[in-house]
Amino acid sequence: MASLPDSFLADLDELLGNEAYPDEEDERQQIWKRMVLVTFLAVNFLNMMILTLSQSFIRLNIIMTLCKLKARSYDRSEARSGLTSILAFAPVQGMELSNPLVQNDFTGRRLQGNMAARRAASSLLSRRLIPRPCAAASSTCHSAILGAATARRLLPGALQRFNTASAAVAAATEEPIQPPVDVKYTQLFINGDFVDAASGKTFPTVDPRTSEVIARVAEGDSEDIDRAVAAARRAFDEGPWPRMTAYERCRVLLRFADLIEQHAEEIAALETWDSGKTLEQTAGSEVPMVARYMRYYAGWADKIHGLVVPADGPHHVQVLHEPIGVAGQIIPWNFPLLMFAWKVGPALACGNAVVLKTAEQTPLSALFVASLLQEAGLPEGVLNVVSGFGPTAGAALSSHMGVDKLAFTGSTGTGKIVLELAARSNLKPVTLELGGKSPFIVMDDADVDQAVELAHRALFFNQGQCCCAGSRTFVHESVYDEFVEKAKARALKRVVGDPFRSGVEQGPQIDGEQFKKILRYVQSGVDSGATLVAGGDRSGSRGFYIQPTVFADVEDEMKIAQEEIFGPVQSILRFSTVEEVVRRSNASPYGLAAGVFTRRLDAANTLARALKVGSVWLNCYDVFDAAIPFGGYKMSGVGREKGAYSLRNYLQTKAVVSPIKDAAWL
Amino acid sequence: MGVANGGDKGFEVPELDIKFTKLFINGRFVDAASGKTFETRDPRSGEVTARIAEGDKADIDLAVKAAREAFDHGPWPRMSGFERGRILHKFADLVDQHVEELAALDTVDAGKLFQMGKLLDIPSGANLLRYYAGAADKIHGETLKMSRPCHGYTLKEPVGVVGHIVPWNYPTTMFFFKVSPALAAGCTMVVKPAEQTPLSALFYAHLAKEAGVPDGVLNVVPGFGHTAGAAISSHMDIDKVSFTGSTEVGRLVMEAAAKSNLKSVSLELGGKSPIIVFDDADLDMAVNLVHIATYTNKGEICVAGSRIYVQEGIYDAFVKKATEFAKKSVIGDPFNPRVHQGPQVDKAQYEKILKYIDIGKREGATLVTGGKPCGDKGYYIEPAIFTDVKDDMAIAQEEIFGPVMALMKFKTVEEAIQKANSTRYGLAAGLVTKNIDVANTVSRSVRAGAIWINCYFGFDPDAPFGGCKMSGFGKDMGMDALEKYLHTKTVVTPLYNTPWL
Repeated sequence: MASLPDSFLADLDELLGNEAYPDEEDERQQIWKRMVLVTFLAVNFLNMMILTLSQSFIRLNIIMTLCKLKARSYDRSEARSGLTSILAFAPVQGMELSNPLVQNDFTGRRLQGNMAARRAASSLLSRRLIPRPCAAASSTCHSAILGAATARRLLPGALQRFNTASAAVAAATEEPIQPPVDVKYTQLFINGDFVDAASGKTFPTVDPRTSEVIARVAEGDSEDIDRAVAAARRAFDEGPWPRMTAYERCRVLLRFADLIEQHAEEIAALETWDSGKTLEQTAGSEVPMVARYMRYYAGWADKIHGLVVPADGPHHVQVLHEPIGVAGQIIPWNFPLLMFAWKVGPALACGNAVVLKTAEQTPLSALFVASLLQEAGLPEGVLNVVSGFGPTAGAALSSHMGVDKLAFTGSTGTGKIVLELAARSNLKPVTLELGGKSPFIVMDDADVDQAVELAHRALFFNQGQCCCAGSRTFVHESVYDEFVEKAKARALKRVVGDPFRSGVEQGPQIDGEQFKKILRYVQSGVDSGATLVAGGDRSGSRGFYIQPTVFADVEDEMKIAQEEIFGPVQSILRFSTVEEVVRRSNASPYGLAAGVFTRRLDAANTLARALKVGSVWLNCYDVFDAAIPFGGYKMSGVGREKGAYSLRNYLQTKAVVSPIKDAAWL
Repeated sequence: MGVANGGDKGFEVPELDIKFTKLFINGRFVDAASGKTFETRDPRSGEVTARIAEGDKADIDLAVKAAREAFDHGPWPRMSGFERGRILHKFADLVDQHVEELAALDTVDAGKLFQMGKLLDIPSGANLLRYYAGAADKIHGETLKMSRPCHGYTLKEPVGVVGHIVPWNYPTTMFFFKVSPALAAGCTMVVKPAEQTPLSALFYAHLAKEAGVPDGVLNVVPGFGHTAGAAISSHMDIDKVSFTGSTEVGRLVMEAAAKSNLKSVSLELGGKSPIIVFDDADLDMAVNLVHIATYTNKGEICVAGSRIYVQEGIYDAFVKKATEFAKKSVIGDPFNPRVHQGPQVDKAQYEKILKYIDIGKREGATLVTGGKPCGDKGYYIEPAIFTDVKDDMAIAQEEIFGPVMALMKFKTVEEAIQKANSTRYGLAAGLVTKNIDVANTVSRSVRAGAIWINCYFGFDPDAPFGGCKMSGFGKDMGMDALEKYLHTKTVVTPLYNTPWL
């Protein structure tokens, strides 16, 4: 560049529009002008409000009626297209709750030093974790905060309490649909066989629609992890998997993808039953995506390249990317199948062996697909699936001396423990995909209807149980009121109900712990003075359904704006300038994702670079293509999954150097 | 040297039903605009196998129009790489389902060994398709580190309409070398197979359509080089031409491209590839390797090891053993599983090889074995070995493209390197040595696109292949091959108030 003539640079400047850089003076003037304008508009708006206030009661009644009608006639195809266009992910909130080490660091350290104590704590906690029967759960809730009448009294900031969506009521009264699937696999999958836990223990996995037990599942603990690691170790150290050609590994993964498609209905039903995700989401989007991810990684298997490196002297240098060995993987309950694919896909494509611990809330789908992977030709011991709890099985895997690599998706609290256990054992490298409090920024030029819909999906998708949920909806002050009104209307229209029923947008939360935690956050929002504009209560009288909830007038320091709620609770905040929204968006320990809604190219480019997050979605959200790397800044995690970047997690880098005599070139 | 053509019928020749003999344009099999046809002959007997529609300029125009339309307005470049990949996977599965039939077509068209076709050529074509099916969603541009407040990135766009001109020696392999990465990249194309071997390419066009490749994306126009081939090379609406064939014709293709629309060109041309056998080599292994390198596909292979340099310490032993090996070769009907070597592809090639053998003798090289026509019909030649070959002889300089081994002696590593490089070609080279230093030095010193150490034909879907010097430029296979069918577009826009650059 330095060698270019100045005239050329000047031309380039003109071409690039660099003369259009606003200097600070101009910018301040512009802001000032904008503020005057905004004040003027705001005063006008207030006047209007006062004039129309007398009519507002009647109008609200009309809106309510319309909402009910709309909710009933909510177009199925619209729901499906919405679902397939978005997808999102999240950490293991349940694990955090089940794990004393998260809640109390000191206790945690003490427990880690004492295996027996940890086991005891775990078994205690696992019992606590089992969702209580519906009556007990609901009585707790009612007495605490959420009897409908009580709630109304407790909501001073609320503009209006609606009897939210008629569908929600339907959810409460309707008989649960019988899932069209049998549970075939409940044992641990170790060394190619389904086996009981060494202890003989089992734990129940529960239907979140009813809190009834679906099946009892073998409960793996450290002894089972030992067995699984030994099998994986053998498979890696002596077995055919890392020794066959990459093309052969590719073919196994392709066959696996085909088998997933052949069993798609069964897998989707199992996933919905165990997790409460809508069947339209699991069948229409998630199961096909698992096949898609597997094909993506199959395609990588024979394209893993090391560099041949230039040397300073007469040496020939090449880099080999070797499989790292035995990978321990811990996946969460919010996207059991997709997290399986994100973790297992690249690990296998790179030639590793795997021990996978599923979340105790959702053990079923992974066991099923593990059987398909074996059918596809995966040698025994290459993939082992151990169902169990974090403090026992998860901790054993994290601290295992025979595990070469660890990948965890879940809460930030548990992520810290995993990292610590890795550090204390054999310094295995760790990939962490943790919590988030992702901003969704709606600029002043936004088409409000579109922005509302996208922001709604960004938050409410998957019952709000996504690590990258757009849980801080920042809306520019010029469109704020309109946005809130429409966001409320959209939330009220959201169809809550049996996830097996078509047209349903939102199923139950995963379990009683989450359910209660979310309602506590709702209470906290109300207590801290946020305006509850929609929802705020459980939906129905059994299972773990929660009304789509919207808070307006949320301030940065409120708990609901700072902590990960992991539920259907939208917090709408107001901002006025780009600088301000950047500062406030970044003022979070998390840095997972962000949404930006604007047509202004310059604002989009500035925000894309200024936001300290691992994913920025401009005018879209939750785009989860196989090739797009995903992961967090700051306390949202370490490393990236998906895409070419994910391969690095499962490869060692070896430099091979030899002298080269009489080199023709260097 | 057993000769098995004609009489020996201890094997089955599969029933051959030739289904596709017309041009494949815009998803349909059509006659040539001129109505003309040409003969394709069975090199086992010299008899006509089928009459094929003869495409020329008018047909190329129609094919390019279809490809242009498919690229400019059709779904192929507009669907995601993953979707293209799915179709390529299906295409690969269909190829696997028709292995016998396809292998038989290549055997009657090119005289290739039927067993090799079944076990290697055809399945490798399917594998290559799968490789690029997996590559279609892995084409990455880059975001750039700009030296001013600008955001820059590159887009890898499909180049557009591609003309592929493929040779007759590996009708299937060459078809997929060209077509698979171009399809993965999102290009549309016109393929001209060699006039000697049009059959399998037309069959593949049919399978591609069945797999879901949209009409107009893949057009196959059999015809001759000076008509159809020239029309492709000089077409104003073709964005890229990819040619595999002789150096002479490669020059014409490049010239036509230069004179028309400056379309980008990639050429995979001739070779005179050396194999250097050092004293420390395991003799049996070296002889076997050199034998295969020279005689595979009756020497009709651009990377044939056609200059064999053997270090003086093992030279005599090598000659003796190589001669024994060559004499054991079974020449005959390529459908016969006992046969090692089938007929040369056609009369012209057959006569050219015999002419070179004659020149070799006249120039003073010693013909130790073979080199004679064999059988009572068809184009069979006994594997030949020349010793006392000098670097400046025609048989050491020019590409014979037949079963002729030229053996030469050398003393030192430096001499071997110097001799190996004394050619205008630079396609491939083989080394046989146990010494890591020799391997490292020679690998860097020999000017060639591929170095195979203690192996030969080290082809792999992931290994880029292509020559240097007058062996051409541009790579087939590997992720490098995709580059041929993509162009890089740089996008720049200014940034304001960016927290980092």
